[in-house]
Amino acid sequence: MSWMAWTTPTALFFTFIAVLLAGMTAWELRAPSVPRRGLLPIATTRGDRLFIGLLGSAYWHLMVIGLTDWSIWTATALSVVWLSAVMRWG
Amino acid sequence: MNKVPNNHAWWLVLPVFALVAFSAILPMMTVVNYSVQDIFDPSTRFFVGADWYRQVLQDPRLHDSLLRQFVFSACVLAIEIPLGIAVALCMPTRGRWASLCLIVLAIPLLIPWNVVGTIWQIFGRADIGLLGWTLNAAGVSYNYASNTLDAWVTVLVMDVWHWTSLVALLCYSGLRAIPDVYYQAARIDRASNWAVFRYIQLPKLKSVLLIAVMLRFMDSFMIYTEPFVLTGGGPGNATTFLSQTLTKMAVGQFDLGPAAAFSLIYFLIILLVSWLFYTAMTHNDQTR
Repeated sequence: MSWMAWTTPTALFFTFIAVLLAGMTAWELRAPSVPRRGLLPIATTRGDRLFIGLLGSAYWHLMVIGLTDWSIWTATALSVVWLSAVMRWG
Repeated sequence: MNKVPNNHAWWLVLPVFALVAFSAILPMMTVVNYSVQDIFDPSTRFFVGADWYRQVLQDPRLHDSLLRQFVFSACVLAIEIPLGIAVALCMPTRGRWASLCLIVLAIPLLIPWNVVGTIWQIFGRADIGLLGWTLNAAGVSYNYASNTLDAWVTVLVMDVWHWTSLVALLCYSGLRAIPDVYYQAARIDRASNWAVFRYIQLPKLKSVLLIAVMLRFMDSFMIYTEPFVLTGGGPGNATTFLSQTLTKMAVGQFDLGPAAAFSLIYFLIILLVSWLFYTAMTHNDQTR
């Protein structure tokens, strides 16, 4: 795997994503989700909300990095809040 | 009756998953790894965090290419989708002429991208090209190598020539799938041609149009070979789109780290816009 040029932060990132997907799969098997309408203007399943949350998180990071001098941890904190809010109320 | 869900068929997806992992997911993970490092080869690398992202996001070249790319994709969709629908509506429904039309429409799709670029490069030349010579002989000053507007129009017309057939063929298949009873009901109601198109054909074409819009958006957003062969990105940088800027960075300058960060931003833009298109078009179906 050395050709993939792994670093600790990227390995942690992908581990987090893999654990998240595995967890969501287990949750889905245990309690299948039903599409519902929350604050988002469309009806979403749990998986949809995860996708929207993760995509939004990526854009939060890009905005903080591109438009401000803030630390990347600010973007990560914003993303955690965003992801939790979308999963709960989206 | 209790329906017992059986998810064993999901195992059949495993081979596809393995293939996609090998051809797309693992290379993309590698790109993510590259994007946070100053890297020349796997043994010569330094961790730089988000520096490349910051550099790329504040790079005016990226901003200019991105703007050009959105304008180009918007023009492509605005021309090719209505034109493709119109061509499909005008095509004969059965018989020898229908087969002939299908073959003629399929021809541009069979031509490789670089050949299309070469065809239009020669076709547009003022000295030996039929189009360029004719326009100049008619008194229209046309030179795609030196005039920005001419270069843009040529690249757009070339893309329309190459890809409208795809939209037309998709719409044609969608139109042929509409059961005749709808048309019979419309005739009984004395519906006008416009009403038939607006309330029967267009709604029934929605799913194929979704595919057409997505394919044309993604393809036009990733366009590289045709404008590269035709104009080389010029005059100046007038027709330099995102993929060409990326290629210059990755292959020309061998800046693998910034190029990897650029690729991921590019990927995120395509992912967001495609998802928005898909959601907007399928959401209308659900609410109806």
